[in-house]
Amino acid sequence: MSPQAAMYQVNKYPGLNLGPGHGQDEEAAATVMFGFWVFLMSDAILFGMVFATYVTSLHGTAGGPGPHDLYDIKSIFIETMLLLASSFTFGMASLALKYKHGRIRLVSWMVVTLVLGIGFLGFELHDFSSMFAHGGVPSRSGFLSAFFDLVPLHGLHVTAGCIWLICLLGQIGRYGLDLKTKLGIMRLALFWHFLDIVWIAIFSVVYLGGLT
Amino acid sequence: MSGQAHNTDSQAETGQQERKELRAYGWGIGLALLLTVVPFGLVQWMAMPRFTLLIVIGAFALVQMLVHFRCFLHIGLRQKREDLQLILFSALLLTIMVAGTIWIMASLATRMAMPGSP
Repeated sequence: MSPQAAMYQVNKYPGLNLGPGHGQDEEAAATVMFGFWVFLMSDAILFGMVFATYVTSLHGTAGGPGPHDLYDIKSIFIETMLLLASSFTFGMASLALKYKHGRIRLVSWMVVTLVLGIGFLGFELHDFSSMFAHGGVPSRSGFLSAFFDLVPLHGLHVTAGCIWLICLLGQIGRYGLDLKTKLGIMRLALFWHFLDIVWIAIFSVVYLGGLT
Repeated sequence: MSGQAHNTDSQAETGQQERKELRAYGWGIGLALLLTVVPFGLVQWMAMPRFTLLIVIGAFALVQMLVHFRCFLHIGLRQKREDLQLILFSALLLTIMVAGTIWIMASLATRMAMPGSP
C-alpha cells in the first residue's frame, strides 16, 4: 500500500469520506460533518432521556392495555427489516457519490431508500392505528403517554429524513452534484444511519423488552 | 509515460478501496441481520427465562449498535477529529443520566410501595 493510501485509513470525519478524488470538497466536508456529528450526539442524549422516561413509566398502565395487548411482533420485524435495508441502500448511494458512478445510480439508490423509509412509516402508522383501535391512546395511561412520546419521536425524525431526501433529489436535479448537494447527501447519510441505531434501541427496549 | 502508469496505478488503488468499502457494507448488513433475527426469534418462541432473555436482548442490541457505528458510519479507532471521543462522552452522559433516572425512580417506587414495584 502506498503512503498516501496508508494515510487515508485515518478518517477525517464520520461517515464515508469523499477521499482525494474530490479535491477541495474533502476539506470543506471535514468541518461541516463534524458539526453535524455534534448535533447527532445531542439528539442521542434527547432520545436517551425519553427512553428513561419510558422505562420509568412501564408499570404505569393504570389498568389500561399493556405491551402484550398492543404490540405486534411481526409488524415490528417488518419495520426493522425495512429500516435496515434502507440503511444499506443509503450506503450504496454514498458509494455511488464517492466513486462518481453517475447521477442515475446515485438517484436510483436514493429513491429506493426513500421508498423503504416511506414503507417503514406506513407500517408504523398502521401499528399506531391498530393500537388506537385496542384502546391504546396516549391519554389512557402514563405508560401510553411515554410510549407515544418515544416511538413517534423517532417516526418524526424518519419523516424529516424523507422530506430532506426529497429536497436533495430536487437539489441534484436543479444544481447537479455541487459541493452543497454533496454535503447535504453526506449529512443525510449520517442522519439516516443514526436513526437506524436509535431504532435498534427502540425495538430492543420497547418492543422485545415489552414482549418478554 | 510515467504519468500514465501513475494514473492506472491510482485507478487500481481506487478500485481496491471501493471493493473494500463495499465489503464493509456487506458485512454490516449481514451481521446486523443476524443480530436482529436472533433476539426476535428468541422472543417469538420464548426460549429462555425472562431475566436471561432481557440480558441477551440488551447484549445483542449493544453489539449491533457497534456494528452500525463501524460498518455504516465508518467510525474507527483512528479518527482525525474527536468523533469517537464525542460518542464515548455522549455514551457516558447517557449512562449516568438514564441509569440514574431509572435507579432513582425504581427506588422511589419501592419506597412508596407503588404498583409494579419490584
